[in-house]
Amino acid sequence: MKRKSRFLMIVGILGFVFLYAPILSLVIFSFNESRLVTVWGGFSTKWYGELFRDPQILDAAWVSLRIALASATLSVVIGTVASFVLIRFRRFRSKTLLSMMITAPLVMPEVIIGLSLLLMFVAMENVIGWPGGRGLLTIIIAHSTFGAAYSAVIIQSRLVDMDLSIEEAALDLGARPVRVFFDVTLPVIAPALMSGWLLAFTLSLDDLVVASFVSGPGASTLPMVIFSKVRLGVSPDVNALATIIIGLVSLGIIVAALQINRSKRMSRR
Amino acid sequence: MNSLPLGSRIGALLGRMGLKGRLLVIAIPTVWLLVFFLIPFLVVAKISFSEAAIARPPYLPITEWVDGFFTINLNFGNYMFLLEDPLYVAAYLGSVKIAAISTIIALLIGYPMAYLIARSAPERRNLLLMMVILPFWTSFLLRVYAWIGFLKGNGIINNLLMNVGIIDEPLVMLQTDFAVYVGVVYTYLPFMILPLYANLVKLDEAYLEASADLGARPVTTFFTVTLPLSMSGIIAGCMLVFIPAVGEFVIPALLGGPDTLMIGQVLWNEFFSNRDWPIASSVAIVMLFVLVIPIMLLRWAQASGGGES
Repeated sequence: MKRKSRFLMIVGILGFVFLYAPILSLVIFSFNESRLVTVWGGFSTKWYGELFRDPQILDAAWVSLRIALASATLSVVIGTVASFVLIRFRRFRSKTLLSMMITAPLVMPEVIIGLSLLLMFVAMENVIGWPGGRGLLTIIIAHSTFGAAYSAVIIQSRLVDMDLSIEEAALDLGARPVRVFFDVTLPVIAPALMSGWLLAFTLSLDDLVVASFVSGPGASTLPMVIFSKVRLGVSPDVNALATIIIGLVSLGIIVAALQINRSKRMSRR
Repeated sequence: MNSLPLGSRIGALLGRMGLKGRLLVIAIPTVWLLVFFLIPFLVVAKISFSEAAIARPPYLPITEWVDGFFTINLNFGNYMFLLEDPLYVAAYLGSVKIAAISTIIALLIGYPMAYLIARSAPERRNLLLMMVILPFWTSFLLRVYAWIGFLKGNGIINNLLMNVGIIDEPLVMLQTDFAVYVGVVYTYLPFMILPLYANLVKLDEAYLEASADLGARPVTTFFTVTLPLSMSGIIAGCMLVFIPAVGEFVIPALLGGPDTLMIGQVLWNEFFSNRDWPIASSVAIVMLFVLVIPIMLLRWAQASGGGES
């Protein structure tokens, strides 16, 4: 028995090393003086300076940020309404269809999502003249669609766990269903909305494939710029960028975790 | 706190709409997903039957009015082409092979990790789970990029091995199938661990104790009790790795070599380099058919308690 648990410990430690070593190396070599990313040439922060002087990267970061903010918000709205309808409404005709459509994007290869949406946008433009070219708007729509699927997973599980008696009490006291939703349900599931928003936000910031399909000239997202740089080989300013992103994400997650912990303690009181 | 009164005013307004309001609420996500998810697949299916042309958009319509009759010209040429050209068949087989091997490696690494987390003290479980999920939140593209630095000729692994003296010449690892396996396993490992953990954490330890009391050795108990009971978690985890891996584009594009043939890359090139939308569409439709069985397996595994994604 002891031997087996030692085996498990070793696999576990190696597993976590495997997960974190590449990320750690990105951070370490972002402070490398040398242009050769994997050979240490002394400490330097010059790649960060270079990064902030690169207009292409800055523009792309701004484009990506706007897309991520808009699509994360839309994702949560669609995801919340879909989850509420699926969990709380009694049977309706299109229920199976909706539940299939909201989970399917999770298992669909990105190349297929990207291609199908692009062809749809082109077809729509031919028939109704909208969306009139491709760019920010089409990327936001695409990201909202798969973002909604991911946030719906989180929101649905929260809605299932939620104590129904609070909603019933509000209904018994004469509140209308919609008012119950805004005054009771939404505040209770707020942490799930927050996690769903964060997930949709990072997925949007991260997406290369779908955005490449549905983007038009002039709308290059950050992953698109990184990809074209990285295809030519390693470059230290990408390491610097990676370090900044890793730092921001870790900060966001720590803040979110503290927030969730606090609200848990509050609700226990 | 300020938003509540506003929220209730909107709520009261909507509430007066009654049944119509209910329909409206159902309609919002349904219409969105119909227009931006389901119908696009029908458009892809339609274009896969059309002919490529130098036009805007670059394909011929499959429906037209001939002498006042509505006619549909289905062109099966694209699908015939996929069958005839060995490139496409090889790319489908290559994708399935790479995805399957990566899935097995991910299972061999992920199962012990999930088991370890599920068997550790309850207060440490959340921290360990968090550590599994955390890399998933940092950029996927940059995590794949990190492996270039690890695997290339003068990269971290080669430098380390040569300094220690295990090898004299750098190993060729980047731009090989090996690098693609590493990339896929690395990227999708959390997807393997999470459903396995969700399953293993529910495993009643009484079964394991009963098995030990009856004289079974730990290894026997594992293969006759633990493994069969966690089958739905195994299938869910494997499918969550296998399905996206089949259609993967970024990993083979950055880590794979010229002989790495994956269907996601073929689709990408047909679309972006050859601008052949009908062929790209038929490649996508065939890929969907390849994925039907894995997707159904996943649904089955999740329905029978394989844990959520």
